[in-house]
Amino acid sequence: MLLVELRIHGRGGQGSVAMAEMIAGAAFAEGKFAQAFPYLGGGGERRGAPVQAYARISDSPIKLREKIEEPDLVIVQDPTIMEMVDVLSGLKKDGVILFNSESTIELSREDVRAFFVPASRIAIETIGRPIMNTALIGALARITGLVSVDAVAEAIREKFPGEIAEKNVLAVRKAYEQVGGVE
Amino acid sequence: MKGKTAILEGSRAVAEAVRACRPDVISVYPITPQTHILEDLARFVSSGKLKSQFVRADSEFSAASIVYGASAAGARAYTASASQGLLLMNEVIYAMASTRLPVVLTAVNRAISAPITIQPDHQDTMSLRDTGALQIHVESMQEAYDAHVQSFRIAEDPDVQLPLMVCMDGWVISHSYEPVTVFPDEAVAEFAGSFTPVQKLDPSNPLTYGAYADQDVLMEYRYAMMIAQEKAKDKIRSVTKEYREVFGNFDGDLLDTHCTEEAEVVLVAMGSMVSTIRAAVDELRSEGRKVGLIKVRTFRPFPRDEIIAACGKAPVVAVLDKSLSVNSGGILATEVKSAFYGGSSQPVIVPFIAGLGGKEVNRRVIKEIVDIASRAAEKQGAQETVWMGLDRSFFS
Repeated sequence: MLLVELRIHGRGGQGSVAMAEMIAGAAFAEGKFAQAFPYLGGGGERRGAPVQAYARISDSPIKLREKIEEPDLVIVQDPTIMEMVDVLSGLKKDGVILFNSESTIELSREDVRAFFVPASRIAIETIGRPIMNTALIGALARITGLVSVDAVAEAIREKFPGEIAEKNVLAVRKAYEQVGGVE
Repeated sequence: MKGKTAILEGSRAVAEAVRACRPDVISVYPITPQTHILEDLARFVSSGKLKSQFVRADSEFSAASIVYGASAAGARAYTASASQGLLLMNEVIYAMASTRLPVVLTAVNRAISAPITIQPDHQDTMSLRDTGALQIHVESMQEAYDAHVQSFRIAEDPDVQLPLMVCMDGWVISHSYEPVTVFPDEAVAEFAGSFTPVQKLDPSNPLTYGAYADQDVLMEYRYAMMIAQEKAKDKIRSVTKEYREVFGNFDGDLLDTHCTEEAEVVLVAMGSMVSTIRAAVDELRSEGRKVGLIKVRTFRPFPRDEIIAACGKAPVVAVLDKSLSVNSGGILATEVKSAFYGGSSQPVIVPFIAGLGGKEVNRRVIKEIVDIASRAAEKQGAQETVWMGLDRSFFS
């Protein structure tokens, strides 16, 4: 049975929950079962505060509604968050961690696979604003093959209207091509 | 009937159902984590997708009072709230129930202050337990949708005429996304029908609402609600059955069971943790452990006989409570124990407090509960309440 669990780190306002929703939407578009949910602690949805969002993807209906403590995948929208949040917490051995970053970042663990994509720059080039969540999904699609670019595009078009959707789809495609470290 | 299945937020699923049921009047005051429902409904009204009169209120007390008035005037009325907001509505909901006004209310479960938190537990809706309102607890986004489609008909039935609260855990249901099947608005509207009040406020036929009463009829009003809640059981059964026939798969009426056959430990719970318990039970069953689950769907009316029947010959029943009556214990556990009192079968009933303030209830915690309950079976008689994950160092 396929069950992939992922965790997204970001700051309030960066679209971490929307990202989890779009990943779930893309998986669903490909005939998989999916679930996305936020964790808002310490007072909730303040802009700039560290937030986490989660998703599960499976080939069978998902009953679990517990928190994800040992994700297979971690996505970090904003690496400056690492000053206060342990983004590696619980990440499984050989798990994947994807950073929005121009350059590589030294990690305290060697048993995980790290990838880096300049998602903010791609977002500014394509969308005109540093909303990097869709670019990161593009990189995720390339690294894991968990969802296809076409399915991601479908999920984005479901969520956003016309031109905004197309700009985000372009961000997905660019990040898919530009993500570093993929063999 | 074929619906459209898409990844939807739980709040959106509720708003889709409420829209299709076409309430005449909506009044909601924002509060986390209920606000997304309010925002979705406001968008439907402003875009013309929903023709309801949307009345903005300055508090939950006002919102509840507005739908009280609307319902008394014969309108199909809807409101929603959470946590402190539900407490502020408390006084009006008592009046609503006793005046027999069938308002539908979405209660997005969130713990009560202090300390202030936005995490889910059931203390808020439990504090409305004795109002006379019906309470249906759902475990998934799909069930949140289904229950709302069913809700107006149950509440508005002439034999029932009581407010109905659909209770769903904050965040875990309200702010989470999963595939939800939504049926065409016209089909849902036809299923939901329209509200035909037995009587209503009408200038051409004046009636007194909120009249004074002493020992002459107040007790009779209370007793009338007892009768109405019992009658609601049949109505809930028939509406859920018809829903299954019209729209396809739907599980459960007053309660739902999972793997209770020949179970040696039966877990009883409500709300979103039921889904995780299903997964834990499946894992335990695959290891050969005889564990089952009863999901209490309708906390009011409380399915006493159905719970006893579903427990069967299980020697141990573990009840998981996400609320507390201070100096008494878990409220659901108290109700389950009361149901068994005086009956021919008397399982060992072990009460657990789990998940207060959003404390995690995952498969590990659930399996621990099963182990503790199994061991408890060796000790007959009254069982002490077990507090899962309680940090004892807090008191040292």
